[in-house]
Amino acid sequence: MKEWPLWEVFIRSQHGLAHKHVGSLHAADAEMAIRNARDVYTRRNEGVSIWVVKAADITASSPGDKEALFEPANSKVYRHPTFYPMPDEVKGI
Amino acid sequence: MRRDEALFQYLLRLGDNALVLAQRLGEWTGKAPVIEEDLATANTALDLIGQARMWLTYAGEVEDKGRDEDKLAFLRDASDFRNVLLVEQPNGNFADTIARQFYFDAWNVRALDALRRSQDARVADIAGKSVKEAAYHLERSSDWIVRLGDGTEESHARMQAAVDDLWMYTGELFEADEVDRLMGELGVGFDPETLREPWLDEVKRVLEDATLAIPAAGHMQRGGKQGVHTEKLGYLLAELQFLQRAYPGAQW
Repeated sequence: MKEWPLWEVFIRSQHGLAHKHVGSLHAADAEMAIRNARDVYTRRNEGVSIWVVKAADITASSPGDKEALFEPANSKVYRHPTFYPMPDEVKGI
Repeated sequence: MRRDEALFQYLLRLGDNALVLAQRLGEWTGKAPVIEEDLATANTALDLIGQARMWLTYAGEVEDKGRDEDKLAFLRDASDFRNVLLVEQPNGNFADTIARQFYFDAWNVRALDALRRSQDARVADIAGKSVKEAAYHLERSSDWIVRLGDGTEESHARMQAAVDDLWMYTGELFEADEVDRLMGELGVGFDPETLREPWLDEVKRVLEDATLAIPAAGHMQRGGKQGVHTEKLGYLLAELQFLQRAYPGAQW
């Protein structure tokens, strides 16, 4: 069992539009990973759809690159809709 | 035999099969081979306890002597239990547990499917609620038979030994007695013999997928449905019933 790969599990909930990461588990292959995810993560009617992906297949950004990746966005307030004043007549925003 | 007497026995058989197997599966909790399997096995056990509760509650109402599901589960002795011998067999290794589960699931799915068409509305209702769970159990146990059978040399050998060892407890599932016949005639139950071929076809298909040999025909054990059990049931009940026997009426 030690050689079973790690899988990341994503579940779409009853009213959710997107799959959300819920945790991980070990399984011999994708089929078993889906079954295990069903038993480990959907016991309380949490989901309507399951995705599993091998943890090894995920490429993650490096925490060391945090500043280079994300800092430049901080100074660009005009990227947020709240930057723009809206006329009072415009409703439903 | 009167209808109510036969129906009571019939419901005990259905309920006890689920209850005893659930208790066996519960013995794995905390020590299954991997945590994922620990949870999956406990889930199956809980499904079966749910089924047992519905069957035994109805059994108590049919008997009409004031026994509810708890009294029937906790205060009957081994000789009053009506489960088939298959489900009381010990867990053994993981392959033994899977073989027992697979033989039972392949029968249970078909039995519940037949009972969905019962003339007795309550029986049809309970069967309808349970059959989807049973179908999932069968998917899981079939999958494990194939993985272990068509796995390593050791897993193959253990899986083959397990399906061979438990084979003699499968005959009883398909043997009709007076209770089965009466329930069949009244449209409450089904003729167990009619499940034999479909069950055998499925078992052969899965064992072949798993590169396992079909066990050779031989002597079949029987008696569980009439209350004649292996000595293993007594130990199981001692654990299941200890608390209610030692502290009658104790509640959470």
